[in-house]
Amino acid sequence: MALGPDRARAEPLELALYARDAGTSEGRAAAVCFPATAADVAAAIRVARAHGRPFVARGSGTGLAGGATPVDDPVVIVTTALNRVLDVDVEHRVAWVEPGVVNLDLSRAVAPLGLHYAPDPSSQQACTIGGNVATNAGGPHCLSYGVTAAHVLALEVVLPDGATTVLGGLAPDTPGFDLRGCFVGSEGTMGIATRIAVRLTPDAPAVATLLLAFDSVDAAAATVSGTIAGGVVPAALEMMDAQITRAVEDFVGAGYPRDAQAVLLAEVDGLDGGVGAQVDLLREVARTNGATSIRVAADDAERTLLWKGRKSAFGAIARIAPNYYLHDAVVPRTKLVDVLRTVYAVADEYDLTMMNVFHAGDGNLHPLIAFDRRVPGVWERVHAAGTEILTACIAAGGVLSGEHGVGLEKRDLMPLLFGPDDLDAQARVRDAFDPDGVANPKKVLPRGSRCADVQTIPDGTWI
Amino acid sequence: MDLITLDAEPVRAAFADAGAVVPVGARTHWEVGGPPPQGREVAAPAGVVAYDPADLTVTVGAGTPVDALDRALAEHGQHCPLDPRDPGATVGGVLATGLSGRRRLRYGPVRDQVLEVRLVTPAGRLVKGGGPTVKNVTGYDLPRLVVGSFGTLGVLVQVTLRCWPRPRAARWGTTTSDPSTVRAALFRPSAIVWDGHATSVLVEGEPADVDAELRAGALAPAEAPPFPHGAHRGRVSVPSAALVALASDLDAIHGCRWAAEVGVGTVHVAGDSADVLRDTRAAAHARGGWMLREAGGAPDDDGFGVPVPNPQLHARLRDAFDPDRRCNPGRVPW
Repeated sequence: MALGPDRARAEPLELALYARDAGTSEGRAAAVCFPATAADVAAAIRVARAHGRPFVARGSGTGLAGGATPVDDPVVIVTTALNRVLDVDVEHRVAWVEPGVVNLDLSRAVAPLGLHYAPDPSSQQACTIGGNVATNAGGPHCLSYGVTAAHVLALEVVLPDGATTVLGGLAPDTPGFDLRGCFVGSEGTMGIATRIAVRLTPDAPAVATLLLAFDSVDAAAATVSGTIAGGVVPAALEMMDAQITRAVEDFVGAGYPRDAQAVLLAEVDGLDGGVGAQVDLLREVARTNGATSIRVAADDAERTLLWKGRKSAFGAIARIAPNYYLHDAVVPRTKLVDVLRTVYAVADEYDLTMMNVFHAGDGNLHPLIAFDRRVPGVWERVHAAGTEILTACIAAGGVLSGEHGVGLEKRDLMPLLFGPDDLDAQARVRDAFDPDGVANPKKVLPRGSRCADVQTIPDGTWI
Repeated sequence: MDLITLDAEPVRAAFADAGAVVPVGARTHWEVGGPPPQGREVAAPAGVVAYDPADLTVTVGAGTPVDALDRALAEHGQHCPLDPRDPGATVGGVLATGLSGRRRLRYGPVRDQVLEVRLVTPAGRLVKGGGPTVKNVTGYDLPRLVVGSFGTLGVLVQVTLRCWPRPRAARWGTTTSDPSTVRAALFRPSAIVWDGHATSVLVEGEPADVDAELRAGALAPAEAPPFPHGAHRGRVSVPSAALVALASDLDAIHGCRWAAEVGVGTVHVAGDSADVLRDTRAAAHARGGWMLREAGGAPDDDGFGVPVPNPQLHARLRDAFDPDRRCNPGRVPW
């Protein structure tokens, strides 16, 4: 027997529970299993293959792009039972964890050692490290510390053929291609990670958190651009517009100004001198752009409260409308003002409620459309507006996703960013890992990405 | 600063005939890895394609020398920590070999600085991978695959890099204290170089912080420590936890000069004979690491001295881009 009877399920109710992630697409699983060991994962993949089924890896299901939505009647392999922190090496700042470890649990586990795990997605109380690896997840503090790929040193993975191997390693470089870097962000299409070595980051000796309020989104966006141009890359630089600020304030009472048209939550860390200089520059740029209030958290309690507001933003939206569609695009930071104007104009055009709460410092927009799915025709408008917004982001020199991934929901928009030769190259990389197409099929790349095997192409046919 | 427009045509034309195509930069990394192959040599374009300082990104031809790039960025108070040992190296050469600089401890490996790549494949296609923004998870990470690929997937012609504000102060200090003690006393130093006797630390940031950190580590002001010199050079990659043990092994090798990047696990090694590299490599293997040849070495040295992990995946990836093995053949043993 490959997996015990308590570790595999195919009852209708359980299949229904795993038919979708936190995005909007829905699929159907043939079976769901809950491996407790790496060997269980390999066994689950082999069984799926023996029955001619593809497989889909799933952590907590907090993904927003349909990456864990089962397509083609797959076996869904849930990694949440693989939830042990296996080893922490304090001196060398490395931890080996299983993929089902919850992001925040890892940081809590190492907090007494003065360390933390830097990537901190908004869903960090629920999302798993394995899911973070799949999407190359970000978070507010990735502005200065980098996204997941910069914090994963090595991966033990079960490849789509059922073989177990290690990608990367604890030595700084590995001979050969950076397969580790290639696997991170591959959205479950190259296998399933069963053990992950992550870098732990020392807590900064000094931290300052500021809440800056503005009477226009333009002024807040200009402050972001001005800060970066002024030579400061804060640890985090988050923006919230008027509607989301009020919703958050009603929800958690973090002391956000209700009359602001936009607020920036900025955090700088490091040593005393650098933190002081960065706070001074932030204040100066904010004042130049007409900030209506500047508040610096006096202590850890106030700091935590300010962050609680930001991290509760998505929960607060339930007070506005029953459904929301959260987008994720990145634009060059110099284009923030223009693109945000377009985002609001598109919402007006489609008569939709638009809110923005996002990682402004790295240009990572999260336009959020709040709506009631029961209203006839609204879903079509939400979709059309989303496509228009993403098209505008690409036109401004941006990309389709900064941290949520492509999954199903952005798959067919990939040609907005990539030409046929680009998509073909990506399809070839994927095929090298999964020649039979059994790992999370039909995700990331649109149908027909793989061009014919043409060795030479006539002049002028490539871009 | 004059901007250039990417012209990939000369590189593409090189693939029009049969035979091997060998990308050439400044030849500063010419002996890194396996032996340089015979074939048609091509150069990637040199120059800045796009640079908006407020975006903290720069797009350059892969043939751009790193020192020229550094000057262009310095005009706007920025830098990109590629840090090749020889600053005349080209951006493409640094990325093809994947050799990170000594400030990796703070800024991460060179692959983390690369946002977008454009390469010409043997099929004559100009392929874009990644994207020009500082954050991007749209599709597969071609840039990371290309960095350290030794030109085996195609010829890198253009790259977009992440830039950083240039630190206002940067100073080296030195001490004879144990490197792990020094590291524990400091917050995010940029480099810690240890040669078994002295520990040299690079501290960057606000001037007051730099002074405070030098005091905290009891570091005396010093020049940047030299790299080990010699006709035969290598770069050991070893888990940090094995570094101290490896250091004793290296001290026992006659004529082995070394300098370790503490907290990273890279050890720069040099000697006057190929035997030094042979013995260093054996020591590295015994400690769970490996050694890349950077210069010199025995005539039969394949540059890596270790079987590549996951050979089948490597072969399939090479097949996917270069089924006829025309890109830098023989430069890597896998």
